[in-house]
Amino acid sequence: MILLLALTVLLLASLFAFGANRLPERLKPFVLPLPAAIAFVLLAVAGTSFIKDGAIIELTVPWVPYLNLDFVLRLGGVGLLMGLLITGIGALILLYASSYMHGNPMANRLYAFLYSFMFAMTGLVLADHLLLLFIFWELTSITSYLLIGFKCESESTRKNALQALLITGLGGMALLAGFILLNVASGTWLLSELVASAGSVQSHALYPAIFVLVLLGAFTKSAQFPFHFWLPNAMSAPTPVSAYLHSATMVKAGIYLLAVMLPVLGDTAAWQITLCSFGGITLLIAGVSGLQQTDLKRILAATTLAVLGLLVLLIGIGTTKSILAAMLFLLGHALYKATLFMVAGSVDHETGTRDVNALGGLAKLMPWTAGAALLAACSKMGLPPFFGFIGKEYVYKASTVSGFGELITAVLVVGNALIFALAVKVAFLPFWRPSQCELPKKPHEAPIAMILGPVLLSVLGVIIGFYPALSEPLISAAQDASLGYVYDAHIKLWHGVNLALVLSVVTVSLGVLLVVLDKKIVSFLTAMKLPSMETVYYGLFDATLKLAAWQTRMLQSGLLRNYLLIIILATVLLVASQLWQFGGIEVPVVEDFTNIQVWVISITMIIAVFAALLSKTRLTALISMGVVGYGVAFLFAQYSAPDLAITQILVETLTVALFAWVVLRLPEISVKSRSKHRYFDAIVAISCGLLITVLVLKSMALDISPSISTTLVQWSLVKAHGANVVNVILVDFRALDTFGEITVLAIAAIGVWSLLYRGIRHKKEGDGS
Amino acid sequence: MNSILLTTATRYVGPLLLTLSLILLYRGHNLPGGGFIGGLMAASSVILLAYARGWTETEESLPIDPLLFMASGLALAMLSGLLGILLGGVFMESVWLPFFKVPLLGKVKLGTPLLFDIGVYLTVIGFTVKCALALGTHNESWKS
Repeated sequence: MILLLALTVLLLASLFAFGANRLPERLKPFVLPLPAAIAFVLLAVAGTSFIKDGAIIELTVPWVPYLNLDFVLRLGGVGLLMGLLITGIGALILLYASSYMHGNPMANRLYAFLYSFMFAMTGLVLADHLLLLFIFWELTSITSYLLIGFKCESESTRKNALQALLITGLGGMALLAGFILLNVASGTWLLSELVASAGSVQSHALYPAIFVLVLLGAFTKSAQFPFHFWLPNAMSAPTPVSAYLHSATMVKAGIYLLAVMLPVLGDTAAWQITLCSFGGITLLIAGVSGLQQTDLKRILAATTLAVLGLLVLLIGIGTTKSILAAMLFLLGHALYKATLFMVAGSVDHETGTRDVNALGGLAKLMPWTAGAALLAACSKMGLPPFFGFIGKEYVYKASTVSGFGELITAVLVVGNALIFALAVKVAFLPFWRPSQCELPKKPHEAPIAMILGPVLLSVLGVIIGFYPALSEPLISAAQDASLGYVYDAHIKLWHGVNLALVLSVVTVSLGVLLVVLDKKIVSFLTAMKLPSMETVYYGLFDATLKLAAWQTRMLQSGLLRNYLLIIILATVLLVASQLWQFGGIEVPVVEDFTNIQVWVISITMIIAVFAALLSKTRLTALISMGVVGYGVAFLFAQYSAPDLAITQILVETLTVALFAWVVLRLPEISVKSRSKHRYFDAIVAISCGLLITVLVLKSMALDISPSISTTLVQWSLVKAHGANVVNVILVDFRALDTFGEITVLAIAAIGVWSLLYRGIRHKKEGDGS
Repeated sequence: MNSILLTTATRYVGPLLLTLSLILLYRGHNLPGGGFIGGLMAASSVILLAYARGWTETEESLPIDPLLFMASGLALAMLSGLLGILLGGVFMESVWLPFFKVPLLGKVKLGTPLLFDIGVYLTVIGFTVKCALALGTHNESWKS
């Protein structure tokens, strides 16, 4: 219940936030973060009883029973860690945003989108039902699209938002498919029950497909290579959004998924190799590309990518130590990265630029911001006694004992050194080196609401660095959940001089080297002109558009002849293929050839058809077709279907009358099409006629299920008080069908009318000019 | 088309067709007929009028837009379905008034199926007349 309450608070907040512009400016910093804070407290309360007493906190509400979709929430270890980060950092972000967005008339939208995103994200980490998880997963994609595209007046922003949506959305589709297969393989929809059937899932024939699909979902969301390019582009979002989505939350959704899927899908060679290699590649690529960036936010995005790669790698290793390291790193990263993003936003806000080369000497002007940045940067660089240091120590401890120890360790050392260098670049140089040049704005300290968040988070990083035991219950619970079994972890800051510490020293020295050589490396990299995955994306994007344009040109040619051809050919082919499957074209022999009237009518109709084909004027052709129509009506009458016969006669009369009106105004028939086309048309027409004939004959022979017509005839007068069974079926037995049909009729009339009416208007405009 | 014969005949045949269409509509439940056939017949009376007097003139002389016919027809059909729910059944369940006898007509059965059929009748009239008028006036304006 408490989980539902937390979600409800967030959902309501997202609705009420639309009215935020009416709040007095003074109240905003107090009111706006409140719902997030409430949700945080609720989750913390739930978490305490979860960790302390091992209580199972869950809620099941039937939702769509015939789709097996229930609303199932369940608090798990990883979910708790994520949930606390989402709501806790979320509250601080809103506090920050309340000041950052000061005076922006669209601010209320941002708050509302932030809250709806928070709702989706919290739902995602609490959902126990796979489909529910998927729904929240897609909701985060959609809400993040709105958030990234917030400055929608800029074209590049719209492009970037769409890119993020397309990539994460496509990944989401893959994930849905993966979940469905997972259900097929395991027989359950619940995450909490999946762990038990891990063995049967992994030995199932569908395992490779599930594996690939779920990973696709996670990799796109967490921006792993080769989908990594959307994340730096998403930096066109307002800074509070970047700080929120791209530090603690959205991009971590993929990590969350991998962490909870580890006990189900993990521990296979495929899992280890795939995750380690893709994670490692992402880590290195991101770190290197980060060096080339000069925009504060883009550098931060690069380090986020690097950390995401690192986390994927750690989950790939999948040992107790690596998972412990991953959870520590997850927490540490969320704390310092949110801080740094907010700092970057403050710098941008106060100086008017985010160009790292232009910034300098801000420490004196923005002391509080500089302090928070320093603490966060030290944590990020992995210096003791900050929390980041612990994370890094455990990373090395995990890697040195894993399968491909040396290689992975080397990747990690280089990756961490790159992160170190980027941290110096983004959080150290702008504040502590002498000022570089004239800035667009005269900088001064950011308002209190924009300082509080960074300071709080960075100080928290120091506190749990000194007292890592504080984070132990939370980290341990998350670790257990991700491992699938209980493991007693003890987190310490200082382990004495050991291999991990030596590696840390190597990392720091390498990082310092990178900082010193920064200029040279950048010019070298720029000269190399590395290929980018983004060109592939835009290539595919343009190709899709071209394909769409091509097929639209093909199908929507604007020529009536083509439309008719496509419709008739498609019908013939589709029906014929079905007919073939239902026993070919064998039809029962019709024996009744004795009815002379039928003979007369049929022969008349055949003559009329040829008359229509061969006639030289349109009117003759039309009248001949009318004869065919009346012939059909007589046949109906012959076989005692008076209603059909009357309808047919009326329709035929009206059609001929209307056509005559139109035809009289058309020019005389002249042969314009080539004979090749005409022969082709003839073949299509004949095959269509043959098909219908076969179909009709066939339908008499097929007896798929007991016929209901006798029952309907019996019921007609007794139950529906009508002797005309055709009419009773239309207006009573199958009235709903008829209702649908007349609705279609009305829509068709509107279509015809608007088409022709437009024609008239064009004509009149043409006359006027 | 200025045919005195046609114009004069229309004056008598038109109302006749309309009356016939109503009869067909009413008797449809027991004998060949019904809303669809009745609607087509009623529409043909309008089209006959158009042939005699011209499309644009006919359109202008119509008291109500045929689209309104369609709308009210759909609404009636929907209403007849909803009555089933209102009177304790399911959507589209038929509900009948007590039958009574009227001289000339015999036993009169009034119920939601008839209401529904009237809805069909109106929709078909609306559809046919609207399309015919659109086509006809369109062509007239091209000619001019």
